[in-house]
Amino acid sequence: MRVVENLNHALREVLAGNPRAFLLGEDLLDPYGGAFKATRGLSTSFPAQVVTTPISESAITGVGAGLALCGDTAIVEIMFGDFVTLAFDQIVNFAAKSVSMYGTRVPMRLIVRLPTGGGRGYGPTHSQSLQKHFIGVPGLDVYEMSPLHDNRAVFAQMIAAERPCVFFEDKVLYTKRMHEVDDLFTWDLADGVARVHVDTPPDCVIIAPGGVTHRALAAMRRLLLEQEIVCTLLVPSRLHPLDAAPLVAVAREARSVVVAEESTAGGTWGAEVAHALHRELWGVLRNPVALAHSADSIIPTAGHLERAVLLTETTIHDTVLESLK
Amino acid sequence: MTTDLDRLLLIRHFERALLDLFAKGELNGTTHTCLGQEIVPVALAPLLGPDDHVFSNHRGHGHYLARFDDPAGLLAEIMGREGAVCGGVGGSQHILREGYLSTGVQGESLPVAAGAALHLRGSGALACAYIGDGTWGEGAVYEALNLAALWALPLLVVVEHNGIAQTTPTALAMAGTIGARCAAFGVRHVALPAEDIAEIRAVLTPLVSAVRTGSPLVVEFAVNRLGPHSKGDDTRSGVAELRDWYREMSDLTGFAEADARAGDLVDAVVRDVKARPLSTWSRP
Ligand SMILES: Cc1ncc(C[n+]2csc(CCOP(=O)(O)OP(=O)(O)O)c2C)c(N)n1
Repeated sequence: MRVVENLNHALREVLAGNPRAFLLGEDLLDPYGGAFKATRGLSTSFPAQVVTTPISESAITGVGAGLALCGDTAIVEIMFGDFVTLAFDQIVNFAAKSVSMYGTRVPMRLIVRLPTGGGRGYGPTHSQSLQKHFIGVPGLDVYEMSPLHDNRAVFAQMIAAERPCVFFEDKVLYTKRMHEVDDLFTWDLADGVARVHVDTPPDCVIIAPGGVTHRALAAMRRLLLEQEIVCTLLVPSRLHPLDAAPLVAVAREARSVVVAEESTAGGTWGAEVAHALHRELWGVLRNPVALAHSADSIIPTAGHLERAVLLTETTIHDTVLESLK
Repeated sequence: MTTDLDRLLLIRHFERALLDLFAKGELNGTTHTCLGQEIVPVALAPLLGPDDHVFSNHRGHGHYLARFDDPAGLLAEIMGREGAVCGGVGGSQHILREGYLSTGVQGESLPVAAGAALHLRGSGALACAYIGDGTWGEGAVYEALNLAALWALPLLVVVEHNGIAQTTPTALAMAGTIGARCAAFGVRHVALPAEDIAEIRAVLTPLVSAVRTGSPLVVEFAVNRLGPHSKGDDTRSGVAELRDWYREMSDLTGFAEADARAGDLVDAVVRDVKARPLSTWSRP
């Protein structure tokens, strides 16, 4: 099953399980079914719950927050995650704060879905990975879609938490298969973290959000076959707040740790993860946690220029080698 | 001398060539063609001067080609080849050139155009921003209109109302009308069919002069989008029956020759640009 189908099933389950669950966004209606087809078929099955909207990212996110305030479940799709900047006020200053700023806990079941990332030649305003701008907002959970985490379980968890969530969906994942890893490796899932590994203890632990899974696996394959360097990949589903314990447990045994993400340089999620690991493993780690990310740059449109800027398999490969020096 | 017909046909053939290149897998990324909407920028071209600032949107190839005789630079931008207007960095929807800027985030340009208009106020030049009907969903549009009226800015907003935004018909996205929204701000509004170029110019010449002295204006053109939103994503039926100036003008004397010329020109541009090396960019 493709990741986009799994996501579609997750959305379907939410809508089917609760008549007071709503899905809002631009161009969601069938036969189009949304720009990336995650919502295909849903407006036909749940016409009263799937709402197509004007091009009004701020308002529709606010409407989602209003529904959540009244006890409903609201899922808002921002067509390209880049446009979440238009909804930043509603997410940061209203939805997330409302959970606690009135002195009592206000449950808010609001999920803002954000198709994210580059690699498709969509250019500087349609290719960004804006996760870092949502790290450390009190009351807000940050999740990322992963081919190793069943979206049905992830959505159930986000809704059960009754806190607003932003859910980043790397666009390159939509057409990839769920739960498929390179046959050199095996994988398992514990405490919300997917672990991809071989039977030997790792030289390096790579920590990456779901969208980077395939690039990390490709780098791991090359490192193993060409240099006999053993890596373990850890993919958390919730990026923030970060549960460091399962990462610490694995990182403790390795010679180095690399955090890889597509975000541009500066103020990254990886820096936050590195800080958490340094606190727990100071004196244990042999090297500082290394960061792999995209360049400090806008994301160009032309394929050859875009490739020179974005995090690639090679960026991860080279960062791992560097971290083991 | 380049005539209006030559310009219309150049844009038409350019856009067709793009869809063709996409179909053959020779273009990467995405593009939004202005097939069916060519008359709007061609009619406006002589009403805008070199000191005016044009703000274009995602569907901007016609806006660019009506202002600059540079199909090769634009195609090179879209294909990431040498000679690209912006080095292939911006691509189809992010272009900057003297007095011209486009960006791909809906509604974003209107406050910026208001800022440019504030800069130009009193100089006789204006800022002209193209937006679609769907973009009236964005709050920034209203904040900018308020400022334009309040500050008497030389702002010309050109609305290409094609009745659809991506796949959403206007009726599902807009309550009331554009005209009434403008009236609420005391911004002058005129609605025109995008048909007769001479008539468009006759109506707009005095109104655009008034913009230059600080009377903002919204011109709403009724147009047909004859192509997909981007590529291969048209969910409509009956597109072939929509009015098309190309069909309607095809009996004019000289049309066939002009059409062949434009077709040959675009073919030559495509051959030329395809053969060029990749663009280079030294990252700032
Ligand atoms: C802020 C923002 N939201 C969504 C989009 C995605 N998008 C690109 S074009 C478009 C439709 C625009 O419709 P309209 O303004 O009517 O112009 P048209 O495409 O019809 O020319 C949408 C939704 C965007 N580019 N920017």
